[in-house]
Amino acid sequence: MERRVVITGIGVLAPGGVGTKNFWSLLSEGRTATRGITFFDPSSFRSQVAAEADFDPELHGLGPQEIRRMDRAAQFGVVTAREALADSGLDLAGFDPHRTGVTIGSAVGATMGLDDEYRVVSDGGRLDLVDYAYAPRHLYNHFVPSSFSAEVAWAVGAEGPNTVVSTGCTSGLDSVGHAVELIREGSTDVMIAGATDTPISPITMACFDAIKATTPRNDDPEHASRPFDGTRNGFVLGEGSAVFVLEELSAARRRGAHIYAEIAGYASRCNAFHMTGLRPDGREMAEAIRVALDEARMNPEDIDYINAHGSGTKQNDRHETAAFKLSLGEHAYRTPVSSIKSMVGHSLGAIGSIEIAASVLAMENNVVPPTANLHTPDPECDLDYVPLTAREHTTEAVLTVGSGFGGFQSAMVLARPERSAA
Amino acid sequence: MSDKEFTLEVLRRILLEGAGADEGVDLDGDILDTDFEELGYESLALLETAGRIEREYGIALDDDVFTDNPTPRGLIAAVNAQMRESLAA
Amino acid sequence: MSARTPRTVVTGIGVATPNGLGVDDFWAATRIGKNAIGRITRFDPSQYPATLAGEIQGFVAEDHLPNRLIPQTDRMTRLALVAADCAFEDAGVRPGDIPEFDMGVVTASTSGGFEFGQNELKKLWSQGSQYVSAYQSFAWFYAVNSGQISIRNGMRGPSGVVVSDQAGGLDAVAQARRQIRKGSKLIFSGGFDASICPWGWVAQLANGRLSTRTEPERAYLPFDADACGYVPGEGGALLILEDAEAARRRGARNVYGEISGYGATFDPKPGSGREPGLRRAIELALADADVAPGQIDVVFADAAGTPGLDREEAEAVTAVFGAGRVPVTAPKTMIGRLYSGAAPVDVVAAVLSMREGLIPPTTNVTLSPEYDIDLVTGQPRTASVRTALVLARGYGGFNSAVVVGAVD
Repeated sequence: MERRVVITGIGVLAPGGVGTKNFWSLLSEGRTATRGITFFDPSSFRSQVAAEADFDPELHGLGPQEIRRMDRAAQFGVVTAREALADSGLDLAGFDPHRTGVTIGSAVGATMGLDDEYRVVSDGGRLDLVDYAYAPRHLYNHFVPSSFSAEVAWAVGAEGPNTVVSTGCTSGLDSVGHAVELIREGSTDVMIAGATDTPISPITMACFDAIKATTPRNDDPEHASRPFDGTRNGFVLGEGSAVFVLEELSAARRRGAHIYAEIAGYASRCNAFHMTGLRPDGREMAEAIRVALDEARMNPEDIDYINAHGSGTKQNDRHETAAFKLSLGEHAYRTPVSSIKSMVGHSLGAIGSIEIAASVLAMENNVVPPTANLHTPDPECDLDYVPLTAREHTTEAVLTVGSGFGGFQSAMVLARPERSAA
Repeated sequence: MSDKEFTLEVLRRILLEGAGADEGVDLDGDILDTDFEELGYESLALLETAGRIEREYGIALDDDVFTDNPTPRGLIAAVNAQMRESLAA
Repeated sequence: MSARTPRTVVTGIGVATPNGLGVDDFWAATRIGKNAIGRITRFDPSQYPATLAGEIQGFVAEDHLPNRLIPQTDRMTRLALVAADCAFEDAGVRPGDIPEFDMGVVTASTSGGFEFGQNELKKLWSQGSQYVSAYQSFAWFYAVNSGQISIRNGMRGPSGVVVSDQAGGLDAVAQARRQIRKGSKLIFSGGFDASICPWGWVAQLANGRLSTRTEPERAYLPFDADACGYVPGEGGALLILEDAEAARRRGARNVYGEISGYGATFDPKPGSGREPGLRRAIELALADADVAPGQIDVVFADAAGTPGLDREEAEAVTAVFGAGRVPVTAPKTMIGRLYSGAAPVDVVAAVLSMREGLIPPTTNVTLSPEYDIDLVTGQPRTASVRTALVLARGYGGFNSAVVVGAVD
């Protein structure tokens, strides 16, 4: 019998909302968490805005040793994994650690820690032969981001398959998609799956400055992220994490778990075109959507809401608008589409998982989160982007998509389990 | 801040350093009026090129400088105009 | 289950290691145990406690790749792109021969383009943020090889990137096999790392496992009583994996072997006192391949090179196979540990062992009496190899195992 995979626990840490509850309040109220950068002095940068999370690791139960050895992204991952596990009600003692795996998505790994440590060992960039004496023991954990999924495994006691999935800005979708495959094929029964990224550091801001991908709207940070708006001029970098407990459907039902949603379909394709550019026709994303729908045994008409990538670059917004039309046909015009990046920014590899959380909460509440800051429609983006305010809307199935550097395009279909084809 | 003139020679060097050159293109040939795209440079290569020009000459180029000036001749004129402007300022 | 689970076969190889570029050179050196570990030449290592590495000498990327790709690529990406070209050539497939949505790329990475990142960090902190390259937006990140290979070869199908330190090389192969099973025709898989640069060196030293010896023949001695850490290397391998049936239909000229089993586990949290996960990974892989321990003809060991980790591995092998019941080898003693590239290179060595009927040796090592494994040391050993097991472990507790079988 085919094994179906459902979400039974959610943990979210996003700008403006640590914890799932705060996260949903932010989205459903259409508030934004973008602001002038406080982590470092951004005055020499072109883009000086970001969506920063206010996070105190001690407050979230991390000990001094954990704080020392983990990059901020790893800390986020551990905190959200614990929240997800607690939310799922899964009894740690009652499940087989060998049948529990971990996949964590991250695009840029321990960028923040690496940036900090490089500055020290190179003495501010002066030394070519960087100084070993100033390297901390945990530097290897920053060198290899699989330390993130290792930390999560230790935090929850998982001893099954374990990996970091790093496909740039689709990592958060691909990590969960990978986990679904492991349960379906029978390698595991439970997966702790999600993503984390904390890229707000000088090196990341500098490289996005260099390609003018991030917005220079420094005088109005609260309204700087404007997906699908005609006045948009780049994305706002964010940070965050979302982790889920995934279980096989019948096992979840047996233990009486609250089932948020089934991950009914998932697919990823490549544009084989350009490391940062997109083909305007949106064909690879459309192909990923088509295969994900096929796997879910659904028609375009079954999709009630599209959680867009919506990064707020002109190229992206037009690319995915084209992809939705290509894959869903006329139904694209009848379906609400929104981008939560307008509120929580773009946390690179983490955002795909954070958007899965938003999609699930939209189903849970029958409320579609809005696209904030959308006042001036772009004539080439002519779908219903749910401007400014959340909307009550019966939502039984959601399509969420991601698009990233390297050409990766991913799509996932989430549905109420009783709705999905048996 | 700089009294250097931005020339085709300098542009060639900066293109090569920052983005390399397509095997099918002779950068030493008569390229003044050939579109950058035709010379094998896509958006990212041009952004890298713009960044290098800005640093070398201490100027700020418009975001649309390559859209407005798709050939070396146009770009050279735009960069020199920008340099005069920043000198005057 | 579908009516027919496609079998996944290796039909093309691109390999670049310190002891050989390309299948022929690699095997010619590996079969005779040619050492390629030496003092680091890429920077002056005098001030660091470890000074040896397995470096690839004589690789000139400009001779193989379009000039436009050079400024935007780290060394590990250049190696991977050239290996991809070689693998296509070896498989007798051209990128356009197969529909583009039916071809994908799944690679592993450990540390991404670390040298590229080092150079941009230096510009950032010594000169200022405006000096950071536009290519820093992707050239260092873990997904770059899958992206660049897919672009260069027009591969638009399912792709991916896994990071699980050295175990990732096998996890990528397993993920590629999943895609073949789901209907893709051809998937590239493997891994490359090349972080022999000062910043990468300091980061690697931090794990406390690097050998600080200065004699190349005495530095990396897994399973030896004198084991004292490992020597890092650079390089890796890319495999072309195809549905066996599709490969047969197109008349593939090389069918090196089948990826017939896979298992992955994660160790219990340090200090738990419970058994490490490697034995379980081996058992899962054997069960997946539906072979008994007695059918395995050789084990390519992870060979960590530190006494504690060597003991764990020897114990896991003995627990599954019995004392001295299966030949074990670690040709990586010639080239060092290649991180995500290590296990794909071992898969290559495994299929070439099958082809020649010869197990390459674990060089420089005298087996410690503490371990009751049959380690192939000194000379290569002739043997009929039909089924091989490849092991890989990553820092922090990652264990992966792949069974490779001969194809008639």
